[in-house]
Amino acid sequence: MSESAPVEGRQIIDAVAKSGVEFIVSVPDITTSEGVLWPLAEDRRFRLVRVCKEDEGVSICAALSFCEKRALLLIQYTGLLDSINAIRAAGCDYKLPVAMMVGLLEKEPGVPPTQSARFGVRIIEPILDAMGIPHELVELEGDAKRIGPAIERAYKDSWPGAILIGRRI
Amino acid sequence: MMRRDLAFRILARHVGDAIVVPVYQAAQEWRHIKNDHDLTYYSIGAMGQASSAALGLALGRPDKRVVVLDGDGSLLMNLGTLVTIASQAPKNLIHFVCENGMYEANGGHPIPGQGKVSFAGLARAAGYAKVFEFADLAAFETNVAQVLAAEGPVFADLKLVPGDPPPQDYTFIHGPAAREAFRKALKR
Repeated sequence: MSESAPVEGRQIIDAVAKSGVEFIVSVPDITTSEGVLWPLAEDRRFRLVRVCKEDEGVSICAALSFCEKRALLLIQYTGLLDSINAIRAAGCDYKLPVAMMVGLLEKEPGVPPTQSARFGVRIIEPILDAMGIPHELVELEGDAKRIGPAIERAYKDSWPGAILIGRRI
Repeated sequence: MMRRDLAFRILARHVGDAIVVPVYQAAQEWRHIKNDHDLTYYSIGAMGQASSAALGLALGRPDKRVVVLDGDGSLLMNLGTLVTIASQAPKNLIHFVCENGMYEANGGHPIPGQGKVSFAGLARAAGYAKVFEFADLAAFETNVAQVLAAEGPVFADLKLVPGDPPPQDYTFIHGPAAREAFRKALKR
């Protein structure tokens, strides 16, 4: 394994499974479509809930936490932006865990999100910071080890958390 | 048209140990009528999200019936939820929409499509297993047990007018005590 090689989908999926996640709630994202979502859809360790819009997923994940079930919301950054009010309400106002994996569509590999040429990508981390939502960038093989702790923290702190996928997988 | 408070009093007699997920004025009214029902999930978050939260609860607790008391304005804000719920097909989810044709909590303005849109038609087209409509209190009372017992996902459009204004307590509904009470009740 090379710390500088791109992260692989199987690493991401294994890390998610090890963190106790049973439900994957998703609107497809081209960044994670091939390497993560398609394999997850066939993986019997998870139940995939395909939603029409990302804010539905925020509410589903928050509600599942009352049933002591862990979920991962797998979306694109555009869906995160569209769901800010749901995250604000369910995650931040109510202090409920919403673990999110967010594809940074068209972020340039190796470029920090805040320095991307894409306006939408540049504003993601500042918005999460403004909401007090911790985030981890996962782009290289060595970054996969951040996934489990990020999910664990969301449930331990009962608060949203975001894993940002920085390159197409 | 039925008075919402009278319809809820009938529902309260049949709901048993189901989880109830009410929104806005329905939540105020439900709390006023059935304030001992600690299996009430008030934490619906942003407008339109009650049925999505209910889907999460229904998937997480397939052993419990989950009853949503949605609003028509709320449902319009999250119409995709009908397709998502029908696709997941939880047998334990009963989705009521309280159709009063207005944004009652926001000044009484009419909803888009007031009197024209068929919520039952939308649910049927989305693929709900059973769909009901009630505009008459006696018919609702006669059939409510059947609605609650049917294999879901079930949709029931209640054509309503508001009753006497219930006490308003958004501090409780959005506060931590409501969530803690629900969490404890769900663990019993």
